Amino acid sequence: MEFFDFKVITGSLPEFWRGLWMTVQLTGLALLFGFFVAIPLAVMRLSPNRLVSAPVAAYTYFFRGTPMLVQLLLVYYGASQWEWMRAAWEAGHPLWSLFREPYFCALFAFGLNTCAYTVEILAGSMRNTPHGELEAAKAMGMTRLKALQRIVIPSALRRMIPSYSNEVILMLQGSAIASAVTLVDLTGAARNVYSRHFAPFESFVFVGLIYLALTFALVGLFKLAEHRWLAHLAPRKAEAGRQS
Amino acid sequence: MPGAAQAPMQENNMNHKASVEQVRVEDLHKSYGDHEVLKGVSLTANSGDVISIIGSSGSGKSTWLRCINFLECPTAGRILVGGKEVELVRDRKGELVVKDAHQLQQIRTRLSMVFQHFNLWSHMTVLENVVEAPVHVLGLSKAAARERAERYLERVGVWKFRDAYPAHMSGGQQQRVAIARALAMEPAVLLFDEPTSALDPELVGEVLKVMRSLAEEGRTMMVVTHEMGFAREVSNHVIFVHQGRVEEEGDPKEVLVRPRSERLQQFLSGNLK
Repeated sequence: MEFFDFKVITGSLPEFWRGLWMTVQLTGLALLFGFFVAIPLAVMRLSPNRLVSAPVAAYTYFFRGTPMLVQLLLVYYGASQWEWMRAAWEAGHPLWSLFREPYFCALFAFGLNTCAYTVEILAGSMRNTPHGELEAAKAMGMTRLKALQRIVIPSALRRMIPSYSNEVILMLQGSAIASAVTLVDLTGAARNVYSRHFAPFESFVFVGLIYLALTFALVGLFKLAEHRWLAHLAPRKAEAGRQS
Repeated sequence: MPGAAQAPMQENNMNHKASVEQVRVEDLHKSYGDHEVLKGVSLTANSGDVISIIGSSGSGKSTWLRCINFLECPTAGRILVGGKEVELVRDRKGELVVKDAHQLQQIRTRLSMVFQHFNLWSHMTVLENVVEAPVHVLGLSKAAARERAERYLERVGVWKFRDAYPAHMSGGQQQRVAIARALAMEPAVLLFDEPTSALDPELVGEVLKVMRSLAEEGRTMMVVTHEMGFAREVSNHVIFVHQGRVEEEGDPKEVLVRPRSERLQQFLSGNLK
């Protein structure tokens, strides 16, 4: 037996490709959902009204306090335990029937999970809005909503880029648990190839490298984003004028 | 830009202006808990007036200015803006707030404020800072607001930094951008809250020069300041605040040269410039 049998890889490329596509879809859609839902939730999280902020706090506390694998299993297997849910499935209810689909369950759990983290990251960033900038917005006649829209959220989104890049990378790696609910993502594909050829080294090293490459690409994208949107926090460039 | 040399009329630059009342404050009180910061202060600013409010730190002079555009809520008193009384109601904390949110917005666009720490929006370039409120508060078109912004940036001498971010500029440049931002609202009154106190000494001059030239244009200004030279030479009315009360006020050439109260004498002797 060779040290690294490339034929195992080349022979299963289509399978790895489908797995990669599944990983990208799950991660991408969950992140997209999480990001956009996190914006209004972060505003609610910072509301002085406890009735508004407390439910959001409870939600983020739960999803950040339990493993994503548990959340996924809870959604996928837990849903079928309820009588009414099974009855809805029998009746072909369009919404509840989604919870029979492992793909939907994974998106649901991943989306809510990353959303919870993003809410806390964004809310933390919004809390760090310089007080004077808010005061200037008020003094210029902006309403609270306008100030949120134009000053607080745009600057908070920019400041959160570095910490959000961590969340994105963790989501990519975290999506590997999708195979626990029968989905064949990258990790699932590696597992299948391994069991078929009994070549664990080849298949896991190969997907490991793919995850590595994806992470590398994400890091690069976030570097670009920082360059584009965090220029105001970067040290002054030499050519910027200093004479008055 | 009009240089200092072409300003012989600065001595009496108010006389040819129609005196229209812009801001009137009557018997304003402000307390934080048990501590009364303002104990009934009043002033009237007519168009073209340049009013300097002086006093030691903690005298309540900044609080007074910040009550006028309701960044702080007074506990008692009346405020009239443009001759119209601002309708106030008492909130749960017992502070007076503007009854009608729309009127509050209107007041704030009429009275533009320049802050001690500039308070520029750090994620926006200089130009974006100045364009922002005219577009999103006054409802100007982007093109009109941009034209206006460039005009005022030119006016305060920072046009060439229009694409820079505030953090990449000196304090004096930032404060001039903040003045352009206030001017771009084309307000009836400019409020200055210690505009030079956060600046390095060598940068104070460039900001004062801009403020002086604005005064020479006949703009109505209320300036909380420690710059006695500015108060004496540029303003036509000076108010000395001590422990939340107006201790002495009047023509700066009179009040600052021959202070009557002992407090002001002490204050000035510690502030000789």
